Amino acid sequence: MTFDELLTIPPYSLDHTQKAEMLTERLGDLTRLHKDKCEEYARILEGLSFDCADIDSYLDIPFLPVRLFKERSLKSVSDDEIVKTMTSSGTTGQSVSRIYLDRRTASYQQKTMVKIVSDFTGSSRMPMIILDCPSVVKNRAMFSARGAGILGFSLFGSKKIYALDDDMKLDVEGIKAFLEQYSDQKILLFGFTFMIWQHFYKEMKKLKNEGITFDLSNAVLIHGGGWKKLASEAVSSEQFKASLHDVCGLSEIHDYYGMVEQTGCIYMECECGHLHTSIFSDVITRRPYDFSVCDVGEKGIVQVVSTIPESYPGHSLLTEDEGIVLGEDDCPCGRKGKYFKIIGRLKNAEIRGCSDTYADKFK
Amino acid sequence: MRRLGGAATLMQINSNREVLNKVTFLLGDSDIVKTAENTAPKGIFDDTVISFLNDVSREIMKNKAARMYSDVVTFAFWIRKTSMLKMKTRFFEESAPLRLGRGIAFHIAPSNVPVNFAYSLVSGLLCGNINIVRVPSKQFPQVDILADAFAKTLDDYEELKPFVVLVRYMRDKEINDFFSSVCDVRIVWGGNNTIAELRKSPLPPRSTEITFADRFSIAVIDSDAYMDSDDKRGIAENFYNDTYFSDQNACTSPRLVVWMGSRIKEAKELFWKEEHALAAKKYQFQDIQGVNKLTTFCLAAMEFDCIRKEEGEDNLLFRINNAEIPDDLMDYRDNSGYFYEYDCKDILELRSLCNNMSCQTIGYIGDSSLFEPLIKSGIKGVDRVVPIGRTMDFDLIWDGYNLPALMTRTVVIE
Repeated sequence: MTFDELLTIPPYSLDHTQKAEMLTERLGDLTRLHKDKCEEYARILEGLSFDCADIDSYLDIPFLPVRLFKERSLKSVSDDEIVKTMTSSGTTGQSVSRIYLDRRTASYQQKTMVKIVSDFTGSSRMPMIILDCPSVVKNRAMFSARGAGILGFSLFGSKKIYALDDDMKLDVEGIKAFLEQYSDQKILLFGFTFMIWQHFYKEMKKLKNEGITFDLSNAVLIHGGGWKKLASEAVSSEQFKASLHDVCGLSEIHDYYGMVEQTGCIYMECECGHLHTSIFSDVITRRPYDFSVCDVGEKGIVQVVSTIPESYPGHSLLTEDEGIVLGEDDCPCGRKGKYFKIIGRLKNAEIRGCSDTYADKFK
Repeated sequence: MRRLGGAATLMQINSNREVLNKVTFLLGDSDIVKTAENTAPKGIFDDTVISFLNDVSREIMKNKAARMYSDVVTFAFWIRKTSMLKMKTRFFEESAPLRLGRGIAFHIAPSNVPVNFAYSLVSGLLCGNINIVRVPSKQFPQVDILADAFAKTLDDYEELKPFVVLVRYMRDKEINDFFSSVCDVRIVWGGNNTIAELRKSPLPPRSTEITFADRFSIAVIDSDAYMDSDDKRGIAENFYNDTYFSDQNACTSPRLVVWMGSRIKEAKELFWKEEHALAAKKYQFQDIQGVNKLTTFCLAAMEFDCIRKEEGEDNLLFRINNAEIPDDLMDYRDNSGYFYEYDCKDILELRSLCNNMSCQTIGYIGDSSLFEPLIKSGIKGVDRVVPIGRTMDFDLIWDGYNLPALMTRTVVIE
């Protein structure tokens, strides 16, 4: 099956058997493609004595640790075909992933994202408030994960404003005018979890005490980027939602899970609070001790597979996140596919040894 | 202080005192440090020191909690009088020139090996030095147990109190500067990064330095000798102690297993079966370790087309077969049960790898004479060739350094 054919299928419509069959075919094709086009990938398969003829199920396809994309430039297209390079948003001093996109993969990412998100927001575009600052998307050839997220979601915005200026100050007047102008329409809000909490929620709360309020009861918020930073402030998902509702009446809030290494295939949180796999990708949890597949309800290391990547060998990746698959095809929200939750990052190893460890293992 | 001299001295002393405020003393105090340079060093293998160490050994063995830690017990065993006297026989000659401690020895212990500081300290003591030892900043019960045993025993050895100072502090250049400025010999464990960090702190002109850099080690197994052994369980235990026991991450831990002889295939199978069973029983696997090993393997596989991962039961043991040994294979070493393997016909095939000066120990099963042609071929690496099970055994000749020679001053009287 080609990816264009896949795009004609509604994103949460395949049941377990249909999806497994489709994934096995498409991911098998991608495995063979990258083996032909990416020498490094071929060497890994060879090192694992992996034969593409042995793929009975997409679960058999080797997974590359995501860290590899921080260590090496992995691409399955020639340099002149690359139109975009995306990087993960590593903190200072950390190495970042570099993901190379050609025109086709970039377009697949966009189309997939539209299919997935419009299943939650409807297909018409909405006035959009980006809960971030404009400078994040300045450099169009090099995208950070934050910039990529913003540009990706901007597809859903008819008119757009940034809620923050480049000093991370809330543009109170701008937002007010925007909300007045589009008072009769549903508003889309988008941003990163921690930025929203730090620069939007906290500021709104302060303003509320000063008597300035915004009414966002007719808005939908989509946010992502993980909970690591908020967990350190002891803010849970429930609290995040309740607090935002409290301060501006916002009631429709969707978290999403995703990573720059598989942009496009995001995992949206449904009305029941579950992250969902679409037909474009899947989540497999694996036991740390032997990488065997976990049972439903059992915590494991998250493997992600995506049907999109043709320009880099990132269709089957082992993350360093822990998660639990909660069920498949039977979420009360009605969407088919697996639904799951993310627990957080795997703990770094504590290793004895004569050489003192400083920061990162790989430099 | 003596070496600082000049007009700045008084100011310097004051600021030095402040520096010492940042230091936690597990044993000794800042007064001992401040007067350390007036303490007379002792001669090598001093009787009082040997008797003291024997009492420390007894003190440790009296302690039930201490006996739970095999590394602590091994240390206690090493510092018994009989063992120290054997050492003395090896390193001390009556007729030779007089040897005295150099003065103040400043030791920086590795942060991830609990008992290493004690071996460094004992080496310094045996050589007659006044020792200031930085213990790991991480809390290990073994450190407290040992510090405690030293403290109790010192109560009976008033004259040795100025010779043993144990300090703990977070990485801090000012403190390194101070201790470096007063020491006569600096002993730096902890590998290349720590050495680089300490080298930012100057030493007085006559002071010397012993550095323990990043090293790797290998094992060579004669398959015939292994198959003939009737204690395969014991060999597995020994290999475990050389590897998994310290997360296969000590400088002495074999990262590559070289197989020789005529029964390689069956030896391999049996050896790893035993080892895996033992590791499954004893090793505390951490969830991220499988991901780490897979990452290292993938990086190596992208670099070298001569490697193949053996299919394994689980992530406890990664075996990577090498059709040849690329020169920079050891840049892709990992720990916690990650082994490269190579089937070898002629020991000289290891010449290139062992010519790397980072290559430290060869642990072997078989006959040690096998290695003579390799060593005699003039290689820059390999400081020790010892049976498997003994790669971690500390000795006063360590990492290619003759410590008694380096930590003493030799006085010629004609």
